[in-house]
Amino acid sequence: MISAPAAARRWTRGFRSSVEVMRIPAAVLLPGLAILLIVAFIAGVGIGAVRIAPQQVLAIILHHAGVELDVAYTHQQDSIVWAIRLPRVITAVLVGSALAASGAALQGMFRNPLADPGLIGVSSGAALGAVTSVALGIGWFGVATMSVCAFLGGMATAVVVYLLARHNGRTEIVTLVLTGIALNTFAGAGTGLLTYVASDQQIRAVVFWSLGSLGSATWQGVVVTAPFVLFGLAVLPRWGRALNLFVLGEREAHHLGLDTERVRLELIFVTALMTGAAVAVAGVVGFVGLIVPHLIRLVAGPDHRLLLPASALGGAALLLIADLVARTIVSPAELPLGVVTALIGGPFLLVLMLRTRRAQGGWG
Amino acid sequence: MTEAAPVLQAERVGLQVGSRWLVRDISLNVGTGEVIALVGPNGAGKSTLLRLLAGDVAPTSGQVLLDGRPVSSYRPRDLALRRAVLPQQTVLQFAFTAKEVVELGRGPRRGAPNDEEIVRESLERAEVDHLAHRVYPSLSGGEQARVTLARVLAQETPILLLDEPTSALDLRHQQLVMRIAREIADAGGVVIVILHDLNLAAAYASRIGVLCNGQLVADGPPWETLTESLLSEVFACRVTVTRHPSHDCPVVIALPAFEPNGAGGRAS
Repeated sequence: MISAPAAARRWTRGFRSSVEVMRIPAAVLLPGLAILLIVAFIAGVGIGAVRIAPQQVLAIILHHAGVELDVAYTHQQDSIVWAIRLPRVITAVLVGSALAASGAALQGMFRNPLADPGLIGVSSGAALGAVTSVALGIGWFGVATMSVCAFLGGMATAVVVYLLARHNGRTEIVTLVLTGIALNTFAGAGTGLLTYVASDQQIRAVVFWSLGSLGSATWQGVVVTAPFVLFGLAVLPRWGRALNLFVLGEREAHHLGLDTERVRLELIFVTALMTGAAVAVAGVVGFVGLIVPHLIRLVAGPDHRLLLPASALGGAALLLIADLVARTIVSPAELPLGVVTALIGGPFLLVLMLRTRRAQGGWG
Repeated sequence: MTEAAPVLQAERVGLQVGSRWLVRDISLNVGTGEVIALVGPNGAGKSTLLRLLAGDVAPTSGQVLLDGRPVSSYRPRDLALRRAVLPQQTVLQFAFTAKEVVELGRGPRRGAPNDEEIVRESLERAEVDHLAHRVYPSLSGGEQARVTLARVLAQETPILLLDEPTSALDLRHQQLVMRIAREIADAGGVVIVILHDLNLAAAYASRIGVLCNGQLVADGPPWETLTESLLSEVFACRVTVTRHPSHDCPVVIALPAFEPNGAGGRAS
C-alpha cells in the first residue's frame, strides 16, 4: 500500500489534470491484499511477549486441525497461540473487514466520501447500549451482556434512523444523514448522562470499551460474531453494481432501473448487522471504515464490484497491524485499539480533506 | 400533427408541493416519431413535468400513461428499458472514468452480448470517445454533459427525456445533440426535450409545448406556438419572430427593452 499523503496527492492530481488514470487491476490487487492479510495474520499470532516463529504458528494451527508438522514447539506456545492470540487475530479480521466493507458500501450509498458506519447511528447506539448495561448493572447474558446490549443498541438506533427518515415510502439521503446526526447526538447525550451516574469502576469499563480493544477476544466471541460478519461479506458484493449506480445520484439510479428504496433498506440492514456485531465485540474502532475504502479507491478506482471485496481484505489487514501496534508498542501495557486507528486516521482525514478542498475549490 | 398512437400521455396531471402547484392540469400526448420541445421561463414547471413523465414523482392529480399503462405501475427496471432521462447536471464524488459512466447506462440491459459495442458507439455518437479513459470529475461542464448523453444513449430506450441537454454546450455540440434527438425520433423513438434556446427548438422540434406558471399555454408546431404575441407575454420580454434564412422555421429575436422589472431576453 502506498503512503496516505502520497496517495492523496495522486488523487487530487487525478482530479485536475487530463492524465489518464492508472489503476491496479483486480487480478493484482486482490491477491496482493490477500498475501498482506496472511502475512499480517501470521505476524499477529507470532509477535508478542512470547515470540513464536512463523513455522511454529503454522504447525500449531494445523495441529488443532488434525495435521501434524515436523516442527517443535512448547506446550506453553501452543496454549498462547490457541487460547489467546488466535481468537484475537481472528476477531481483528472479522471486525476490520466488517467495518471497511460497510464503510465502502455506505460511502457509495450516501454518495459521500466521508460517510462511515457511524453515520447511520450504529456506533453511538451501540455505545448507549453498552453504557446502559454497565450503568444499570444488567447481567442477563453473563460476561457477554455488554456486547449483546451494544449490538441491540446499535441495531435499534439504525432502525429508528431509517424509520424517522422515511416519508411517504421514500427516504431521501440528506434526510437520512441529518436524522443520523440527530440520533447520534441524542444517543451521545444518553451515554453522557449514564456515565454521570455510573461509578468510577463502571466508567473505566465504558471508557475502555468506547476506545475499542481486542484484549478480551475469545473463541465464544468469534463464534458469535462470525455469522453476522460472514453473512454480510457474502451478500454485500451483490450490490456492487447497484452502488455504482447510486454514485450517479438517487434519481439517476432509479432512471437506470434500480429499486432505490429497496436497495437502500437492504444495505442499511446488512451494514448495521455487520457493524453492530463488530462494535459489540471490539468496542468503537474508528476510522477503519473511512480510510480503507479511500485507500482502495486511490489505487484501484471507485468500482464497487472490486471496492467491496478489496476493502474487506484491506480492512482486515489494517486492523491486524493496528492491533499488533496497540499491544506491542508500549508492552507490557496495551494502547486502546481505537486510539491507534485514530492516530493513523486523523491525519489521513485532514490531508484528504485539505487536498480535496484545494482541488475542488471547496465542498459541494 | 402525427396520428401515431400516443406512447406517453399526461392526463390532466398536477403536482402540489406544500400549498403550491408546481404544475397543474397539464395534458400532453406524445407519439412515436416526435421531438417535443418544452420551453418557458424559469420556474414555469418544465423540469417538474419531465419528472412526472419520467415516473420520478407521483402526480397529485391526474395520471401519466406509458403505452396505456400508468407509469407508477411499472417496475423500475421495466421503466428503464423504455425510457432514459438526461438530468441537467450529474455530479460525481468518485473518480469514475467517462467510459465507466457510460457503461453504467447499460444497467438495465446488463450482460447483453453487445455491451462493449454499444458503449463504444454511444461514446462516438456523443463525440466523447477521445475522453473515454479520463476521469469524469476532471472534465469540463460541456464534456460532462456529452458523457452523460452517451450514458443515456447506451441505455438504448425508445423514449428519451432530456432536461436542458444543450445549456452547457458550444454551438457545434448543441446542433449535434439536437440532430441525435431528431435521428432517434425518426427511427421511431420519442424525444421530449427541455430547451431554453427557442431557435434550437424551432429548428429541430416537430412540436413545441410552451409552459408558463405551471400550465401548458400552447402546444403545436413551431410556426403556431412561437408567435410574437405569445412569447412576449410568456417571457415578459419584447421579441420579434422572423423566418430562418435557409430553413422553413421561425427565428426568435429578443429586442432590447426597458421593461419596468428589467426582464432580459434569453434568445440569441
